[in-house]
Amino acid sequence: MNGVLDWFRDSEHWHGDYGVPVLLGQHFLLTVTAVLIASAVGFPVALWLGHRHRGGLLAINLTNIGRAVPIVAMLSLFSLSVFGSGYLGPYGRSGLATLVTLALFALPPIVTSTYTALVEVDADVVEAARGMGMSEVAVLRRVELPLAAPLIVSGLRLAVVQVWATATIAALVAGPGLGNIITRGYANNQTAEVVAGSLIVALVALLMEIGFVGLQRIVDPRPVTSH
Amino acid sequence: MVPQIAPTFLDNCLTRNEWICGRYYSTRSEELRAAVIQHLGIVLASVALGLLVAVPLALLARRYRRLEGIIVGTTTAIYTIPSLALFSLLVPFTGLGPRTVLIGLGLYSLTILVRAILDGLASVPADVRESALGVGYGARTLLWRVEIPLALPAFMSGLRVATVSAVALTTVGSILDYGGLGDLILEDATFKAQVLAGSVLCVALAVTLDVVLVLVQRLLTPWARSAAPRRKAVAA
Repeated sequence: MNGVLDWFRDSEHWHGDYGVPVLLGQHFLLTVTAVLIASAVGFPVALWLGHRHRGGLLAINLTNIGRAVPIVAMLSLFSLSVFGSGYLGPYGRSGLATLVTLALFALPPIVTSTYTALVEVDADVVEAARGMGMSEVAVLRRVELPLAAPLIVSGLRLAVVQVWATATIAALVAGPGLGNIITRGYANNQTAEVVAGSLIVALVALLMEIGFVGLQRIVDPRPVTSH
Repeated sequence: MVPQIAPTFLDNCLTRNEWICGRYYSTRSEELRAAVIQHLGIVLASVALGLLVAVPLALLARRYRRLEGIIVGTTTAIYTIPSLALFSLLVPFTGLGPRTVLIGLGLYSLTILVRAILDGLASVPADVRESALGVGYGARTLLWRVEIPLALPAFMSGLRVATVSAVALTTVGSILDYGGLGDLILEDATFKAQVLAGSVLCVALAVTLDVVLVLVQRLLTPWARSAAPRRKAVAA
């Protein structure tokens, strides 16, 4: 454990192309961009499917399919073929391949939870809204979406944390991000470095979880029940 | 002038680094087989390990409601730790070897399986349980004759998820030189034939195991097959 503290104290690990700030920035940028891409694709599809109560089998099984795909294989194939392993600005080596892989990994939790959230909105409430003469768009925007919001945010949380965690694997395929600290530790047989890198990843993941729990409370339209 | 003999000698799909290369499969079949066997071994051992711990934990959680939150919460927390980081955090305790991979993957299976067992037992209708008690079933016969059979579908779907994701996660084990097909994929990230072969075999292994588990589930729950159409007929 002392070795880990020494690692954090060593100023060499905080500077340069492979210093914590640069890698943390890459990691963060990758996560945010990948989740944004996945959201741009996933939300409209899931909202439409959920609103129409259609394609449930696909929407729900997407998560299981996602779990079955070995990310190491996907990333290797991508960086070896279509997307190449070149530098992509702030995203680093194999930036594009990593970005696409991570976006694909963020898709299942977003689609599945958004779909489930919409389908689980009380059918009576939706019926009542239609009965009041609301248009389909208004039903979706003013009734279904607010009621589904907490679950949608929880799906987003899952996507963000999962992508953040998975992005470490990019380093295995010579990609960017905090995984480089971990792989460097393995390469040099430095257990302390391996643990230090993992701790940074886990700590930020925890902070993200906490942030999202707060967000989930904020978007919940139901009044806080007082006892 | 120098006669050009070199190209005919060295020119094959391996030296051209082609994606699909018969020569690769014929010259490396031994290596491929060993990787598949190692991969399968890691998956089976880690899921079995997860199951071994998950069953008593789930039964404990069911028996003592106060423990349920702690057990489900802890296992879920483990699941959010990224695989690479989980292996790394285990290294100080389990060393740089196969043990770390097995225990790490076992912990992931554990999470899915505890949930699946609890979901399965919760899915047993209360009136079924009640009538079993009414006709004189004891706690143990109730569990074995009524609850476990009825919990099987939910449990088996959890086991499928655990197995399939173990196949995918095993590849990450190659950071500890114990990743089955992952070792092939990451050995040389520019070797196209090998990267493709490793990836395809990995997906094929996941699909095969999933199909096997579906078949096992069908064998274990013969009533589900005959019940499904009947239920549909009622709905219609």
